[in-house]
Amino acid sequence: MLGRRGTLPFLVGPPLLWLTLCFLLPVLLIVVFSFRPETGPVDLLGPGGYSVVQYGEVLGTPAFMRLLGVSVLMALAVAALATTLAYPVAYFLAFRAGRRAALLLTLLLIPFAVSYLLRVMAWKLMLGPEGAINSLLETVGLTDGPVDLLLYSRAAVIVTLVYVWIPFAALPIYAAMQRIERSHLEAAADLGAGPWARFARVTLPLSLPGALAAFFMVFIPTVGEYVTPTLVGGSDGIMYGNIIQGFFTRSANWPMGSALAMLMLVLTLALVVVALRLVDLRRLAA
Amino acid sequence: MTGAGIGRTRVPLRLTFVGMLAILYLPIAILLLFSFNAGTRLSFPLAGFTLDWYAAVLADGALLESAKNSVVVATGSATVATGLGTLVAIAVLRFRFRGRGLLLALAGLPLIVPFVVLAVAFFLLFVTLDIPRSLLTVGVAHSVVAIPFATLIVISRMTGLDPALEDAAMDLGADYPTTLRRIVVPLMGPTLVAAWLTCFIVSFDEIALAIFLVGGDPTFPVFLYGRLRFAQQLPVLIAMAVLLMIVTVTLTLIAQRLRREDTAIHGR
Repeated sequence: MLGRRGTLPFLVGPPLLWLTLCFLLPVLLIVVFSFRPETGPVDLLGPGGYSVVQYGEVLGTPAFMRLLGVSVLMALAVAALATTLAYPVAYFLAFRAGRRAALLLTLLLIPFAVSYLLRVMAWKLMLGPEGAINSLLETVGLTDGPVDLLLYSRAAVIVTLVYVWIPFAALPIYAAMQRIERSHLEAAADLGAGPWARFARVTLPLSLPGALAAFFMVFIPTVGEYVTPTLVGGSDGIMYGNIIQGFFTRSANWPMGSALAMLMLVLTLALVVVALRLVDLRRLAA
Repeated sequence: MTGAGIGRTRVPLRLTFVGMLAILYLPIAILLLFSFNAGTRLSFPLAGFTLDWYAAVLADGALLESAKNSVVVATGSATVATGLGTLVAIAVLRFRFRGRGLLLALAGLPLIVPFVVLAVAFFLLFVTLDIPRSLLTVGVAHSVVAIPFATLIVISRMTGLDPALEDAAMDLGADYPTTLRRIVVPLMGPTLVAAWLTCFIVSFDEIALAIFLVGGDPTFPVFLYGRLRFAQQLPVLIAMAVLLMIVTVTLTLIAQRLRREDTAIHGR
């Protein structure tokens, strides 16, 4: 007979083991590799020992730092735009859709189930000089020759990623709004608050943790993007993730790539810690 | 819903919602349109209706193989992630122990690491352990990134499951593993399936990790990515993606439905 308490090791053991071996250990390996001084596809151990030269190189290369700054700014822009655009969508679902909310939510999520790569490609097809928008305009006779629709630029990357993330960003905002007690709003109305005052003083503050969760759920995957920039960004639209990928493929230099990856990880974790200070995200899980 | 007596702002929310849906569906509609278009060029005017691209999909062995690879990887990683996520959920919700918060944090942590960093981490792990890159290495990575989703979904629903049911089973002589197997898992059934389907879709669509970790056999996104360069092959790829879209959309609908039914049983 296995009692309740005796079962615990069998519950904790497997996930702990798996996450230690397949998550913590690999991340730790990045740290170790980032301190290897050699260049190229090196081993974990080697005659060179360990030093901080890679970090010196990374921090001392203005092109890397500029791209890191640009990528963070792009991710902030994408996260802010996706969250802002998803907010009224979530608001409609939570407060106005009534009994159709479940159906409409599903309708909103269907595009998210369509291959990510394909949705990105759809934008490429639409934005391109011979793309759907341009050729449609020409066929209808509105334009004469292709209009430059921003394909292969940072703007194209931002537009595409905002499009990709809107349904996903709506989810945590919707969840936070669902938890708002309707009686709070009625109480505010009884006390004389108009619709905008109720929104500003009740709905907005109470939905803010959801909006912040949405922001980070978009920011984190976006800041490390390298696939979308390759497809719609062209050479002008590359992001920090593209240099990391480059050091593990074309020009193999694993220690340098590891140092670049560490820098991104530390920056991301720092931002998340700041956000957790601002809003207690654990309230969202409750 | 707010009471009928309360005034509302005049923000056209319904219009905003409908407009947003239209924008979200437009590119998908265009893809669908071109999968039936006879020309290889993806531009207007349309060249006439054809089902050739769909026929070509069925004749393209490499394409079908990559889709099969993705199904295998997604099935394996979703099963591991859902299993481990469920264990975390039970441990965290039903026990008080040292490191409880730490375990929960660990299970959620993969969500806040950018994929390119994780890809580097797994790449270095498999190189160091001298494990050749293959579908297995992609599956291991996908199981890790899916664990947070599985854990969160199972926890959110299991919070509403009355622990008294487990006490009752144990009072009647069942040991705890039996209680979990006979009481908790059946009651959580729809949620577990929903979590599994979510993990499946996360893996099925994932490319940033797969590019780093795939060996000779590509998953579907990696295959698609490699062929995007060849413009004349686009219609076939689009047709295949439309077919896969039908599968993933169906899975999403089932997952949504299961979670809703579960809500009806357990309450919010």
